[in-house]
Amino acid sequence: MFGYTIFIMLLPLLSFIVLGLAGMKMQHKVAGLIGTCSLGMVTILSYITAFQYFFGLDRVNGVYQTFVPYNFTWLPLGNLHFDLGILLDPISVMMLIVISTVSLMVHIYSFGYMHGEKGFQRYYAFLSLFTMSMLGLVLATNIFQMYMFWELVGVSSYLLIGFYYPLKPAIAASKKAFIVTRFADMFFLVGILTFGYFVDSFSFSFAGDIVMGQGTTPFIEGNLAKAVAAGGFIIPTALVLMFIGGAGKSAMFPLHIWLPDAMEGPTPVSALIHAATMVVAGVFQIARMFPLWIEYAPQAMSIVVWVGVITAFYAAAVACAQSDIKRVLAFSTISQIAFMMVALGVSLPGHHGAILDNHAQLGYMAGMFHLFTHAMFKACLFLGAGCIIHAVHSNEMALMGGLRKYMPITHITFLISCLAIAGIPFFSGFSSKDEIITACMEYSPVVGWIMTGIAAMTAFYMFRLYYGIFWGTENKEAHAHHTPHEAPLTMTIPLIVLTVITVGVGVYTTIAGFAEWGGSFGSFVSAAGTDYTIHFNMQIAATSTVIAILSICLATYIYKGEQQPIADRLYATFPKLHRAAYKRFYQDEIWQYVTHRIIFRLVSTPIAWFDRHVVDGTFNFLAWGANEAGESIRSWQSGDVRQYAVWFITGSVALTLILLCI
Amino acid sequence: MIPVECYFALSALLFFIGVYGFTTRRNLIAMLISVELVLNAVDINFAAINRLLYPNGMEGMFMTLFVIGVAAAESAVAIAIIINVYRKLKSDSVEAIQNMKR
Repeated sequence: MFGYTIFIMLLPLLSFIVLGLAGMKMQHKVAGLIGTCSLGMVTILSYITAFQYFFGLDRVNGVYQTFVPYNFTWLPLGNLHFDLGILLDPISVMMLIVISTVSLMVHIYSFGYMHGEKGFQRYYAFLSLFTMSMLGLVLATNIFQMYMFWELVGVSSYLLIGFYYPLKPAIAASKKAFIVTRFADMFFLVGILTFGYFVDSFSFSFAGDIVMGQGTTPFIEGNLAKAVAAGGFIIPTALVLMFIGGAGKSAMFPLHIWLPDAMEGPTPVSALIHAATMVVAGVFQIARMFPLWIEYAPQAMSIVVWVGVITAFYAAAVACAQSDIKRVLAFSTISQIAFMMVALGVSLPGHHGAILDNHAQLGYMAGMFHLFTHAMFKACLFLGAGCIIHAVHSNEMALMGGLRKYMPITHITFLISCLAIAGIPFFSGFSSKDEIITACMEYSPVVGWIMTGIAAMTAFYMFRLYYGIFWGTENKEAHAHHTPHEAPLTMTIPLIVLTVITVGVGVYTTIAGFAEWGGSFGSFVSAAGTDYTIHFNMQIAATSTVIAILSICLATYIYKGEQQPIADRLYATFPKLHRAAYKRFYQDEIWQYVTHRIIFRLVSTPIAWFDRHVVDGTFNFLAWGANEAGESIRSWQSGDVRQYAVWFITGSVALTLILLCI
Repeated sequence: MIPVECYFALSALLFFIGVYGFTTRRNLIAMLISVELVLNAVDINFAAINRLLYPNGMEGMFMTLFVIGVAAAESAVAIAIIINVYRKLKSDSVEAIQNMKR
């Protein structure tokens, strides 16, 4: 019944091939239309799938069933086999909605943003490639397929970051992104192979069959029991290795260094890849492997929690000091993804062992919910930043200020998205972030309060950004030279659509949360696949709202005015702290030191010497030997036929004599 | 009846005359004639040995005819080559075509 889902993946692939092969012969408009139309169809199909999946099917025992409309063996390898297919379950269907919506908005937006850009067709081709890979990642039926598409999104991200390849920083950024994520993916691969070797399966089949909260034993294809018996550490080790891969893709500390630099790419790409979809692949991976985490590695979940907490705090602190608007958004993205990680990490099983109680479900649901809402409002923020950069031709906040008069639509949508990320009730970020903090509080009050603090920092730096762009001191000099103007319709419509989603989801889920209605996000996506009713803990909701409003007020007080005496005084009082935060607490320098001074000098240099002298030497010697041998027998070929004849006859006589003697 | 040794002697004589000619003459046509001598020596051997060992069989004879046919074709090709070489290099000496090695 989900046979058409194959087209969700084939259409972007087709448009990638068409645009990639024939794009250069097309006009910009035609190429853009092809990409956008195929994405439009994908979006419609995704919505149909979601509607049919969530509303057209009956739940069995209150649980959404997993569907596998396609699955074929691609490469059999003894007991193991690599499969390709499509798997539909609540999280993959939810991701379909997120990816196709944001991707469609970005496609439309790019018409305006990339207008007249050289390589417009190439840009759309890569966008299609990315969308196809990301859809393949979330629809994967097994870890190996997921890994394949995981690498494909890495490649498309690399290609799109380096879109402006004549510019040096773009090339450096794309290389950095690729190398850092590849480094992390190495661990992912080792994890997959460890898992596959011991469990004899790459399949996700546990995901649908495990019925948590129902008390049934989870079933998994292959020899999980054997692997568990062989040593309880194998599954946790494999999962933690996979998590390192996920941490690389999702820019968790200390593998986050590539994401801020990735902002060198075109802004719509940052919105699509580096805010809404690809960077949440790590979160999605943990959600996908969640039954295994819960069942076999509950202790290891604390790694996820603490990595998330550290990242969230670090990124929020750095975001407070950045001056490049896209960098602020990048660090905010890192921080928000860390929120999702923490939410998944805190979903520990309760006292009933593997059976998920309500509180464990909460974290999982909250993480997925935040993924959904964050994708929408962060895409909106990035696209808004794109409009601003389009108008001002710079990323620096110093050149902005007072833009609210010139760009009303961008201003309003940006403000609403800022309110959403800050966690103000009736905006979507509130519902999801509040659920995360509630889950954290139940896990441990320490984590809960740290996360509340980070949420306050989020509100603060987002409004610092907002006031820095739209209020504050107007840079009259720069604006007189080139008056900022509102972006064209193709760019403002996606902003409006995303804002409407943010507000719509926010209003509905807030009311549903307070009124304890069913039919909110938790009814569709939850750890056990059951209907989970979101209900806010009033105490926590009130606390976080008050804290968010206080931080917004603080930001308003400090940054709204034309003059900013408090900010200046703070800056004068803590110049070192500001500088450290501005320099991202020297993380890049530390990596630079570790890689260049330690790894390159102590490991790579000897290896390079060995390669150049021993390996190359061996082959050079062989080549030299062959050359010398050739040179020495070359004179035998004189071209004198009679000489050849003499040699021939002498040889045959000699051979005859030898044969006669034997 | 002529003793079979005589055939062998004739054949050996022809063979070595051919080899000698092939290695010493410079003229391409002469070399070709020498090759024909070698082939004829082989033909005589075939015929004689067939008669000596298998008087009822005819395979050696057929082989002789076959070699004659192939030799005719071969000399036709060789002469065509020699004519072309001559046209190009204005010489029928074997030393003229040493650049074949390149």
